[in-house]
Amino acid sequence: MTDKITVKNLFKIFGEAPDAALQMLGTGATKEDILDATGATVAVQDASFSVAEGEIFVVMGLSGSGKSTLVRLLNGLIPATFGQILIDGQDVVQTRGEALREIRRNTITMIFQHFALFPHWSVADNVAYGLKVKGVPATERRDRAMAVLDQVGLAPWADSLPGDLSGGMQQRVGLARGLASDPQVLLMDEPFGALDPLIRREMQDELLTLQKTLKKTIVFITHDLNEALLLGDKIAIMKDGRFVQIGTAQDIVSRPADDYVQAFVADIDRGRVFTAGDVSSDPVTAQLHGDSAETTLRRMEDASLDALYVLDGDTVSGLVTHRDLSAALHRDGPGDATLTPSLITDFTTVDEGTYLHELYGPAGIGLPIAVTDGDDRLTGVVAPEAVLAQLDNEAAAAPAPRMEDAR
Amino acid sequence: MSPADLITIPFDDWINAFVRGWLVPNFRPVFRAAQVPVTVVLNNLNAFLLFVPMILTTAAFALAAWRYAGRGIAIFTILGFAFIDMIGLWPETMTTLAMIVTSVLFCALIGLPLGILAARSDTFWRILRPVLDVMQTIPSFVYLVPIVMLFGVGMAPGIIATIIFAIPPMVRLTNLGIRNVRGDLTEAARAFGSTEWQMLWDLQIPLALRTILAGLNQTLMLALSMVVIAALIGAGGLGLIVNTGLGRLDVGGATAGGVGIVILAIVLDRITQGLGEGSKAGTLSVGQVLTRTLRGRGAAPVDATVTGPVARN
Ligand SMILES: Nc1ncnc2c1ncn2[C@@H]1O[C@H](COP(=O)(O)OP(=O)(O)O)[C@@H](O)[C@H]1O
Ligand SMILES: [Mg+2]
Repeated sequence: MTDKITVKNLFKIFGEAPDAALQMLGTGATKEDILDATGATVAVQDASFSVAEGEIFVVMGLSGSGKSTLVRLLNGLIPATFGQILIDGQDVVQTRGEALREIRRNTITMIFQHFALFPHWSVADNVAYGLKVKGVPATERRDRAMAVLDQVGLAPWADSLPGDLSGGMQQRVGLARGLASDPQVLLMDEPFGALDPLIRREMQDELLTLQKTLKKTIVFITHDLNEALLLGDKIAIMKDGRFVQIGTAQDIVSRPADDYVQAFVADIDRGRVFTAGDVSSDPVTAQLHGDSAETTLRRMEDASLDALYVLDGDTVSGLVTHRDLSAALHRDGPGDATLTPSLITDFTTVDEGTYLHELYGPAGIGLPIAVTDGDDRLTGVVAPEAVLAQLDNEAAAAPAPRMEDAR
Repeated sequence: MSPADLITIPFDDWINAFVRGWLVPNFRPVFRAAQVPVTVVLNNLNAFLLFVPMILTTAAFALAAWRYAGRGIAIFTILGFAFIDMIGLWPETMTTLAMIVTSVLFCALIGLPLGILAARSDTFWRILRPVLDVMQTIPSFVYLVPIVMLFGVGMAPGIIATIIFAIPPMVRLTNLGIRNVRGDLTEAARAFGSTEWQMLWDLQIPLALRTILAGLNQTLMLALSMVVIAALIGAGGLGLIVNTGLGRLDVGGATAGGVGIVILAIVLDRITQGLGEGSKAGTLSVGQVLTRTLRGRGAAPVDATVTGPVARN
């Protein structure tokens, strides 16, 4: 995948003497030292990252950590003090005036925490704002606005005023306004931060659904780690203007870079971060028509398993447990015992991307869970203990994260 | 022992030297030329108002009052204007109205851009603000003298004095209205790539409109309060009636002129106030307000459901 946004050594210092502050940063001074010495506020220091096309890059951090500043540097609303921001190779930091406005009109749009809808304009006019700025004729604007409103389910409200809508609906309008001019990059500054938790969940799911078809490059700001883990293909944790860790949700949760990240990760819902693929192991199997009960039992003992999956050719026909097989062997004798009588056909299959919180139920039965691919072939097995171990907060209990299957 | 024993400052001589010795000889032609537009607007307006029959003018004002200020004010307008006509002051009242409208027009033409600039530049506002303070606090008699020296006497100088006195609220409230537009809205406009002009027209002026109209109303009231003073330097109308009455100790004449001014003031105040309130916390676009002003009350029905932009976030 190609990088849409590449940021190199980006700094933003608010105040009178940014150069002096920059020099002090070079000598290792902290944000507080610099504020005391020069009165300048270091909002973003030495941020470097890249965002691939079609990816959701989430920046997470506490209030005051510089998230809003960072996202506004990306579209030049705040001029950078130092560094490079390449969007499709063009450096936003060096772009000014009409060229910068061109980028904002065509390439990057923004969605705001408090919606920032124009109260004196109808919903449709708000959605069409970016197009109006571009000089698109009125009828065409209206058509496009209606199409996007339809996409977010608000077409019936096109002629209402924003003030007549609920917060969730207003943010849908904000989203529609951002999408109307068909930008490649969306900047979202805590877009769901002002919404009720239930509505927030709904909007998160809706964003993910939309993103499946839209494939925009999104920089998403949040102070909520659960939101970050849910949405982010890649997540950056920000503290005092600095990135302390960048990685996938699994990276962050299983290998927090420092105590700061660790403290965040401590009380997140790991079941929504890790997937079946993260905790599955390679399957040990038996063939329904090839293996006898005796060989299967021995294979189970070698791998110290309590149960294993039985295949008929490539398809999964069921599973057998150690207890049932030993009973069959005892009853029928080593020569005659086959797998068929002991076969349990009521089993659970999931795919690699299934989140662990959906496996709690099946894992409770105590039988391994089959992980299959798109062709129903068995690619792995999740032992019930593995699910439960992952719920244990100990980071040590987690398996090494597998970068390539991040979500 | 007082400071004056040590040194006396000939402050008045300095001012005299500055105004008489430098400003007047060097800039008199400039100032003379500057009053041409004022004179043109005023003369045409005055001629028009004197030409239109009293009944028609009264009907137009009553209608406007009824639409923007309610039936009571409409009736007051009819009775009040009839009274003015009956005491024989109709032409003077129309002349005063022409002067007021001309002053307010120029106040708006100059004040609005100044207010917009002030809202956009803190430095400019820091410079402008004390100037406005001075303009509002200097007793208007004080600048009548230099105005007469620069512009001469007559209607136009009277109006220029009125403009100087009445313009500050227009500038202040335009500045205030635009500065009070929510920061995230202007940021959104910028984020979508709008130019400063687009932002001003689509967002800032519509949202500041209510405040701007309040400024216009205040400017109008200040202009009315200058009527009598401006008459001292040759402006006519009701102010002249009052001054003449004053000079001759003619209580009846002075009172008649005063009553005329009061009636005009009430009518204009109520109509412009109604206009401002009608714009519901700036939720109308400039175009809507213009059509409203032209068409009257038949404004968009959505207005009733609109709430102000400030309370939400
Ligand atoms: N315009 C500004 N002028 C001065 N300091 C600012 C400005 N904007 C933000 N800051 C400072 O920069 C730091 C980061 O702020 P911000 O980016 O808003 O953080 P966040 O969005 O993570 O809460 C804070 O210390 C804040 O006080
Ligand atoms: Mg913020």
